[in-house]
Amino acid sequence: MIEIDRLTKTYVMGDEVISALAGVSLRIDRGEHVAIVGPSGSGKSTLMNVLGGLDRPTSGLYRFESEPVEDFDDDQLAGFRNRRIGFVFQSFQLLPRLTAAQNVELPMIYAGVDPAVRRERAVELLTRVGLEHRLNNRPTQMSGGQQQRVAIARALANAPDLLLADEPTGALDTATGQEVLALFDELNAQGLTLCIVTHDQEVAARARRRIAFRDGHVVQDDRNAG
Amino acid sequence: MLDKTSTKGQTLHFSTGGMSSLELVRFAVGAIMAHPMRSALTSLGVVIGVAAVIMMTSIGVGAQQRVEQALSSLGTNMLVVRPGAPRSGGGGGFVRGAGGSGASLTVDDAEAMRTLDGVAAISPAINGGAQLVYEGANWSSRIEGVTPDYLVARDLEIASGQMFDEAAAESGRKVAVLGQTVVTELFGEGVDPVGQRIRVGPIPFQVIGVLAPKGQSGFQDQDDIVVIPLDAARSRVIGRGPGARGNSVNQVYVKAVDEDALFQLEQDVAELLRQRHRIQPGQDDDFNVQNLTSVQEAAQSSTQTFTILLAAVAGVSLIVGGVGIMNIMLVSVTERTREIGLRMAIGARRSDVLTQFALESVALSLLGGLIGLTIGVGGALLMSTLGDWPSVIPAWAAPLAIGFSSFVGVVFGAYPAWRAAQLDPIEALRRE
Repeated sequence: MIEIDRLTKTYVMGDEVISALAGVSLRIDRGEHVAIVGPSGSGKSTLMNVLGGLDRPTSGLYRFESEPVEDFDDDQLAGFRNRRIGFVFQSFQLLPRLTAAQNVELPMIYAGVDPAVRRERAVELLTRVGLEHRLNNRPTQMSGGQQQRVAIARALANAPDLLLADEPTGALDTATGQEVLALFDELNAQGLTLCIVTHDQEVAARARRRIAFRDGHVVQDDRNAG
Repeated sequence: MLDKTSTKGQTLHFSTGGMSSLELVRFAVGAIMAHPMRSALTSLGVVIGVAAVIMMTSIGVGAQQRVEQALSSLGTNMLVVRPGAPRSGGGGGFVRGAGGSGASLTVDDAEAMRTLDGVAAISPAINGGAQLVYEGANWSSRIEGVTPDYLVARDLEIASGQMFDEAAAESGRKVAVLGQTVVTELFGEGVDPVGQRIRVGPIPFQVIGVLAPKGQSGFQDQDDIVVIPLDAARSRVIGRGPGARGNSVNQVYVKAVDEDALFQLEQDVAELLRQRHRIQPGQDDDFNVQNLTSVQEAAQSSTQTFTILLAAVAGVSLIVGGVGIMNIMLVSVTERTREIGLRMAIGARRSDVLTQFALESVALSLLGGLIGLTIGVGGALLMSTLGDWPSVIPAWAAPLAIGFSSFVGVVFGAYPAWRAAQLDPIEALRRE
């Protein structure tokens, strides 16, 4: 599903040129459960931003279902993020003014989904993450675990091909973190491709494939039987 | 249409055109409603600006109409010829009585003018004041001794009874036509005095007609007048004025057939009088010709300038209001950087973000415009009711308020919206 070839990303900071990705080649197939690990500054977040269409590579190829993502213009990238990718962030990134259901509807609004359909689907997705009793609550009225589940429901709104999660349990206590990870496992079991960036070994251990980064390079790519 | 089957088997229909613009309007309204107090204060500048523009133009147009009305009640397409040299500095306007040094304007001059092209009516006049008495009532009024053409020359109409005719005028009959104010003062409201006898000074006159009301001219009450035949006035009422000597008159009213003829006639009258009075080139005229239409035009253009000036001053406050909106929108973009980043991450195009923020500032400004319109119209009505100041709310007040405030919203919202749309989503999401 995903093929990247000699992908590089360099930033210029003052006189210094920082190479966040130094020629990364990878292939991720549909249905995989991948953990990307590494110390901070290793390039794992940059890779995630490029995979999610938030950032453009400096050079190299990125094929998503054979489409050349590196050639997309801004609007194409926006559509790509909207329909192909679901993002889950460490800090949830819910809009505080909106209710849980409205937050879940947001990606569908940008996709031009009919209001009645999107409301129905928001309810269905929140039910699936166990928040059917929280539809009209605002983020501030919910616990961290609940907020992250709303964020997961939002990421699933437009039925993405790939779910990208950046330290999804980083702001949660161990128990709720486990619940969220169990939800990921469940989604993966239903066929969703998952890519989780983490430096938590326990989180990485649940993935069936573990890609380790250091200084912009892939230093390890393990598949365990899972 | 691109269909996608979700993991649960539900079909999602994505519109190829992306989101509907109605949703963007809802985002903008939602953001405004989220901070009602802030939104209200932000709009305040536009509220004040629009209200001020509407009130100022209402007052200006009201003043303009009042001046126009006052001047047109003096008569249209009319020249007033008076004895005496034109005063230096000009524009002195109407000062009662003969400004003249002796009898430089006569009935014969008036008769001679009758032959000029473009004359519709001519009435020589002498005037002065006299005490009027009817039974117990006393009233001091202005007396005009004129010919029957006076009515046409001054655009006057008879409300009841009739004007005296040539025969009556020439035979020196003692008949009078009264203005409304005189009727009210001597006879009381709504009484028809035709046929009654009054005393004008020491002389008894018979009332044969009443003039239709003309109202205030801004200088004097145009209805406080008694119109009597020229000869009767000369011999019996206004005995001691310069008009008493020979056949001289205080003024000659000349009405032109239309406005085009008026300006030519003004020249011709002056030329004729110079000839008749044997005034050499380079010598000062011993008469002056006043063109009421020029006075009207001058007054009109000065009130118009006044209106434009008022509106321009008020317009400045609209710009200040726009700057206020821009300021708050910039604050809002900074505050909502993470929201913008998130919206971009989940699929908002830069143009969607741009439109959302631009609509927000237009909505704020438009809200201010509508409130300002209400206050402006209310204020103008209040001023004309309480302050007895004529205010005319122009028909274009509402479209102006809506158009101008939308314009202000677009202009001052453009930069903040552009800033929002240029944000880098990764940076924006990282912002605390």
